[in-house]
Amino acid sequence: MSKAANATKPARGPIGGPRAPRKPSNLWATVLRIAQYMRDDKWILFVVFVSIIVSSLANVIGISFLQVIIDDYLEPLINQPNSELMGGFVSVIFLIGWIYLIGAISTYVFNRLMVGVSTRTLYKIRIDLFQKMEALPIKYYDTHTHGDLMSLYTNDIDTMRQVLSNSVTSFITSFITVISVFIMMLVFSWQLTILVLVMLVVMLLVVKKVGGKSANYFIKQQQELGQVNGYIEEMIEGQKVVKVFSRQKRVLQDFEELNEQLRVSATWANTFANILMPIMINLSYVLYAITAMVGGVLTIMGALSLGTVIAFLQYTRTFSMPITQISQQLNAVLTALAGAERVFKVIDEKPELDEGYITMVPVVMNGDGTVNESNERTGHFAWKEVQDNGSAVLTIVRGNVVFEDVTFGYEKDKTVLNNVSLYAKPGQKIAFVGSTGAGKTTITNLINRFYDVPSGNISIDGIEINKIKKSDLRQALSMVLQDTHLFTGTVKENIRYGRLNATDEEVVAAAKLANADTFIRHLDHGYDTVLKSDGGNLSQGQRQLLAIARAAIAETPILILDEATSSIDTRTEALIQKGMDRLMEGKTSFIIAHRLSTVRSANAIMVLEHGEIIERGDHDQLIEQRGKYYQLSAGMFELS
Amino acid sequence: MIRKLLAFLGEYKRQTILTPIMVTGEVALELMIPFLMARIVDYGILGDGGMGYTIRVGLLMILMAVLALVFGGLSGKYAAEAGMGFAKNIRSGLFKQIQTYSFANVDKFSTATLVTRLTTDITNTQNSFMMVVRMAVRAPIMLIGATIMAVSINPQLSLIFLAAIPVLSISLYLIGKSAHPRFLDMLEKYDGLNEKVQDFIVNIRVVKAFVREQHEEKKFIADAEKVRDAQLRAEKLVILNMPIMQFTIYTSIIAIIWFGGNMVIAGTFNIGELSSFIMYILQVLISLMLISMVFIMLIISRASFSRIIEALEEEPVLNDKDSDVNLTLQDGSITFKNVNFSYNDDPNNLVLKNINFTVESGQTIGIIGGTGSSKTTLVQLIPRLYDALNGEVIVGGHHVRDYKLKTLRDQVAMVLQKNVLFTGTIKENLKWGNEQATDEEVIEAAQAAQAHDFIMAFPNGYETELGQGGVNVSGGQKQRLTIARALLKKPKVVILDDSTSAVDTATDAAIRQVFAEKLNDVTTLIIAQRITSVADADKIIVIDDGEVNGFGSHEELIKTNEIYREIYESQSKGVNDNE
Repeated sequence: MSKAANATKPARGPIGGPRAPRKPSNLWATVLRIAQYMRDDKWILFVVFVSIIVSSLANVIGISFLQVIIDDYLEPLINQPNSELMGGFVSVIFLIGWIYLIGAISTYVFNRLMVGVSTRTLYKIRIDLFQKMEALPIKYYDTHTHGDLMSLYTNDIDTMRQVLSNSVTSFITSFITVISVFIMMLVFSWQLTILVLVMLVVMLLVVKKVGGKSANYFIKQQQELGQVNGYIEEMIEGQKVVKVFSRQKRVLQDFEELNEQLRVSATWANTFANILMPIMINLSYVLYAITAMVGGVLTIMGALSLGTVIAFLQYTRTFSMPITQISQQLNAVLTALAGAERVFKVIDEKPELDEGYITMVPVVMNGDGTVNESNERTGHFAWKEVQDNGSAVLTIVRGNVVFEDVTFGYEKDKTVLNNVSLYAKPGQKIAFVGSTGAGKTTITNLINRFYDVPSGNISIDGIEINKIKKSDLRQALSMVLQDTHLFTGTVKENIRYGRLNATDEEVVAAAKLANADTFIRHLDHGYDTVLKSDGGNLSQGQRQLLAIARAAIAETPILILDEATSSIDTRTEALIQKGMDRLMEGKTSFIIAHRLSTVRSANAIMVLEHGEIIERGDHDQLIEQRGKYYQLSAGMFELS
Repeated sequence: MIRKLLAFLGEYKRQTILTPIMVTGEVALELMIPFLMARIVDYGILGDGGMGYTIRVGLLMILMAVLALVFGGLSGKYAAEAGMGFAKNIRSGLFKQIQTYSFANVDKFSTATLVTRLTTDITNTQNSFMMVVRMAVRAPIMLIGATIMAVSINPQLSLIFLAAIPVLSISLYLIGKSAHPRFLDMLEKYDGLNEKVQDFIVNIRVVKAFVREQHEEKKFIADAEKVRDAQLRAEKLVILNMPIMQFTIYTSIIAIIWFGGNMVIAGTFNIGELSSFIMYILQVLISLMLISMVFIMLIISRASFSRIIEALEEEPVLNDKDSDVNLTLQDGSITFKNVNFSYNDDPNNLVLKNINFTVESGQTIGIIGGTGSSKTTLVQLIPRLYDALNGEVIVGGHHVRDYKLKTLRDQVAMVLQKNVLFTGTIKENLKWGNEQATDEEVIEAAQAAQAHDFIMAFPNGYETELGQGGVNVSGGQKQRLTIARALLKKPKVVILDDSTSAVDTATDAAIRQVFAEKLNDVTTLIIAQRITSVADADKIIVIDDGEVNGFGSHEELIKTNEIYREIYESQSKGVNDNE
């Protein structure tokens, strides 16, 4: 994991900042990491490697026979029939045939195997990335835009796909071809090989120069593309606002500016990338021409045979083609590696820590107040702490929540909660009211440990919550959140999300509890209506009703309702009140609402302001106090 | 389809035409090189040309190669200019088209697909365009040129071409044809996977709160497997190209050596020509390969092309072509006459039914009704975000269709329920309402919306940078900013669509007070959940299931309207008991 620590180092702004596509900063480390994913396929890779060698050698050796054919058969045979030589010619042709056949088969073998390896590798990387993303803390999601995270899948892994399935084998093929051709060249004629080497140096210099320029502009292009795409995303997202404000012209103007900027840098980047290939191809023709001339002169001088020159000429073509290919694909490969690096960076992010060891288990309550662990759902739970000696201590989950001097801020020097202390006895309803930004939602973020408390202490049933395994802690809570998002899937599936093994009847019962049954039945396919992820086909209020049903079906000892009914009109709210009461029955409930009618029946109401509890008590007491709460409720009624 | 896109070449037509011309020059020169090589071998070395001839022809070859390099370089440059210019124009064109969309158009496409069209699809189009202008010209010219050269050297031996070309082209065609649907399938699976990820990211709090990581992972793995298998199915076909190509080339080379060799032995053919022949057949077959690559690329990008064109061809549902440029709103009066509305223009699926009411200029109107009772739909007809199916919507003395959209919407400020702030400072965001607004005007609007105090509490005040979507302000603060933004327009009509739902009651009351005192000449429509938000309005419209159920003042409605009374009671219960 030391490598991981390095990879996460680059500083990031508080809100993620624009994506900065760049050159891979640690090229070989990234290549090695990709290779790690192929470990299971190492024998296949070995066969791939061997096949590539066979295929490249077949090509190279095939050409070398040109020299033999010309010098040993054709030239001597011209106008001088000789059946023995003729027989030799035939058998050489057959030999070449065999070599080529083996070459073509090897080509198929390595390509086919490599497709398998690359698809499997991508599959593994995708899953690895997803698993890591699951483990990331909420904070990560709060500080990175969704677009950034999405583009890991849509851009970065996709470029990796293109490179893995095309470029890897052609890289190796090119490499092996270059080396073996070089050896053959030396065997044929060292004089001509020197020529080739000189030309090679020139070509490499060109690649370096042009390629370098291209890479620089590519980085610029990627940055500007990021800006353009960011702007597009934002403006399309806010398209309705643009129209309401008739801002189309201005928005278009700004867009044109960014777009033109992108065009300029993209043109430069692609110009250099585009001219690289013709330059390489034609330099290789220059090399070919020089070789033909010098080789011709040498042959006339008698220093070389004609067959050698002709075979050598073929080699100069075979030699430069792979180099062209490599230079052509270099950009794609670098882009893919940069993408891979971004993917790995997320994989290396510090996952949500969970040092908790206490679990929650279903229990059977015995008459005498003791409990026994059960394997089935019983409706009762206990916290289970395994002692050093192996015995387990069971504490019944009652929902006794205590905050002691909790101070918290999302950023270091900005506290959102100050010395908050509160307790909720089992089965109580605790409500939080206060102006927006007073810290109400933060409290719920702390109870379920979306964020950890740096100072102070939160406990449930006398157990500090950081000793409880996060998954178990969260399973003890069900939440209805302020922003209700649903999943792509049917209504039924969305409700069942609260408890995956719930039966259809239980789903309907939960929907009825949340007063959602009626509108669900009015949907085209009732409970089987497919919802889109942004829930476009439902109103905000209807989505909240589904979220309440989802929480209801979870049957947890603690319930958190964060503005759960804010988009539901009060008439409907009154209708679901009974259901809500039943939902909260016997559960410790935390209710956040700005609507006082929602919180009135709470056992205790906390009035929050600037992260501090300024008043607490039940409704009557608070009204009596004539404090902030009284003002709030009075403010509400001085108008009627 | 392609022609439609090509219209976007615009000022880059010159480069687009120059590119293939340069490519042609490059190819012509390249074709000459093996021919000259054959002359060196057959006349310079084996014939009586000798050293001098060899060097002369050699130098000519070098010159040609250098010239080809220049042509090639230029073609690359022009291709880049044309390709990037083309992409820029399409991007602008599409973006511009989307700006003309009405709400109904945006609803139809959904924002996610519009973004993909503007980003990924255009990148695909740009890449295939560059490839086409270079390869699609180069390959056929090379193919024809090399064939001509080969035939002119030895017509008999060229028969090998006749065999090799069809074999290769037919197999490449067959592979491409059967790979196409598999690639489409792969892309579809890919979309499915991305949708899952998107779902996951948006819902991360729900996933974590319900500890459903394993569940999500299972779904994801199932989809990842589908992608993997689809990719394998598609790519294992395409990789057949390489070995088939090699096989054809190798067979041709052997055939040329055998038949050509026999001709050499018989004295009817020269060794130099034989080896140039091999060069030509290589060039021919490689060209075929390139053509098939271009083909596959085009097929894959076709989905992108048609997606772009679909969005380009989408006609805005609303337009103001027949409207009067000089017409302005006389005042803030609003009249609905027998208005029906349906989102899909289906008279049997009406969302608003026979709406009739009149609002006088300067009045404050509350709109109240249950979840899904079409309150939002009703007010969206006023700034003409949608058109009524039938009936008349009259604002400021004229039918909404008679105004230029900009005129109407500048005068009717609507604060949307799902509202958005943009990257930039608070001030920049507020100035959306009026770009020319002075700092004083901005502050005044912020004060009216009760936003000034919290803005000033930020260390940078009005210069505070808002992240995308306004992530660093709370829901209530965001709502107040969007109200201030709308007020800066100095409109005749203001519509607040549940715009204070996240604002606490005291602030809500303060905002309403400002509206009542300072903005008393502005017609104000307030959609709200809370009775208190509308109780002091001049009139209140009670909407139920798309119909006006009641219209009157608070006192009247309390007496006469059952729904209104129920809502009132549901909210007043509690505090009243204590008084």
